Amino acid sequence: MADVGGGGEGGGHGRHQKKRAKKLSTRIDMTPMVDLGFLLLTFFMLTTTFSKPKVIELTPPVKDPHIKTEVDTTTLTIIMSANNKVYYYNGLLPANPDSNNLNLTDFSDNGIRKIILAKNSFVLQQLPALDQKHDAHQMADTTYSRLKDQVEGKKQAVFVILKTDSAAKYLNVVSMLDEMDICNVGKYALVDASAAELNMMRDYNNKHKIQ
Amino acid sequence: MPKIKIPRNSPSIDMTPMVDLAFLLVTFFMLTTKFRPEEAVQVTIPFSVSQTKLPDNVTTISIDSAGRVFYDMDGKDARATLFKYMAGKYKIAISDQDIARFSVMGPFGESMGDMKKYIESSEEDRKVMNHATPGIPTDSTKGDELADWVNLGLSASLADYNDKKSAGQTVNPPRFAIKADSRAKYKIVKQVIDICQKQGVPHFNLITSMKAK
Repeated sequence: MADVGGGGEGGGHGRHQKKRAKKLSTRIDMTPMVDLGFLLLTFFMLTTTFSKPKVIELTPPVKDPHIKTEVDTTTLTIIMSANNKVYYYNGLLPANPDSNNLNLTDFSDNGIRKIILAKNSFVLQQLPALDQKHDAHQMADTTYSRLKDQVEGKKQAVFVILKTDSAAKYLNVVSMLDEMDICNVGKYALVDASAAELNMMRDYNNKHKIQ
Repeated sequence: MPKIKIPRNSPSIDMTPMVDLAFLLVTFFMLTTKFRPEEAVQVTIPFSVSQTKLPDNVTTISIDSAGRVFYDMDGKDARATLFKYMAGKYKIAISDQDIARFSVMGPFGESMGDMKKYIESSEEDRKVMNHATPGIPTDSTKGDELADWVNLGLSASLADYNDKKSAGQTVNPPRFAIKADSRAKYKIVKQVIDICQKQGVPHFNLITSMKAK
């Protein structure tokens, strides 16, 4: 065997070569099909994942909300305005509005969230006990959300009045509704700012030289 | 010394089960994927931490950054009924073909005056019209068409819901979703909400996307 490198070419030296039909293998190369299959799989997997958007549920009050029945001390009024400005004051609208009661903040973590959380201490004291039981699987999800709603609906819990002026952006409102969720505020109402409040904001802006 | 013979394994393995699985998944994803129809209007939705998913069978009112209002409703049968109602109310002569075309089209922002032309246009022309339209009229002085869309849409989808329910099908009750651009003025969103509320829509779903942590 001299022709090691030559492989089996021209095998059958000296033997009588019979001519026969070339036998085709029954196996076909399925690699391209499989490639295509995986390509499609990847495509459909990536396109389906992000199809369903999330929603915030909103049930606006049919008539003017019964703000009058709320206690002044647990109420926080927030007014959203242009350029992501957030004004707030404690309590309901006083009989003679004073811009000294008004404060300005923003949507950052140290902004309006801190103020809502500080005001919402009643709920935040009650919730950890519930959370603990829920996390330890001693409480059903439905029971948890019912008890949570109960705590958030109590008289001592904060009541937030969200007001908008004509320049507020939709994004601001959604962020604020989101804050309500984050800060466990169960009672809130979304209404328009009154003329008295617009005056207060204008006074405040003039005093502090805010555009 | 006798050589130890290692049994030679073929380097090719049988990939049939893997390929079977791959094609099973392809079939699954192909059948479950619902391709979103092309957006008539560019809306950048705001972020939120909400985990609630958008329910099926919704009427979506889109508001773009310029405050233009677009209307869209799920359900082919309900859409056909709605269009018949609207054409009757605005006294527009429509053919069966118009109804068929309306029932499969995406969000639109045409006033009823231009509706017939819009329906009979090609996809390409509709894109141009969507770009140029001032949106569905919401002004009560110039004729509040959105109120009619909402009112008649609600009754059409409710009728469809009751029909399907009594036929034993599982359907979701009709819901309203608002898909507004984050840059849109809240004043306009509020106006839309007020119009819907007047027509008896109690709950709204504000469409947002998940906040990236």
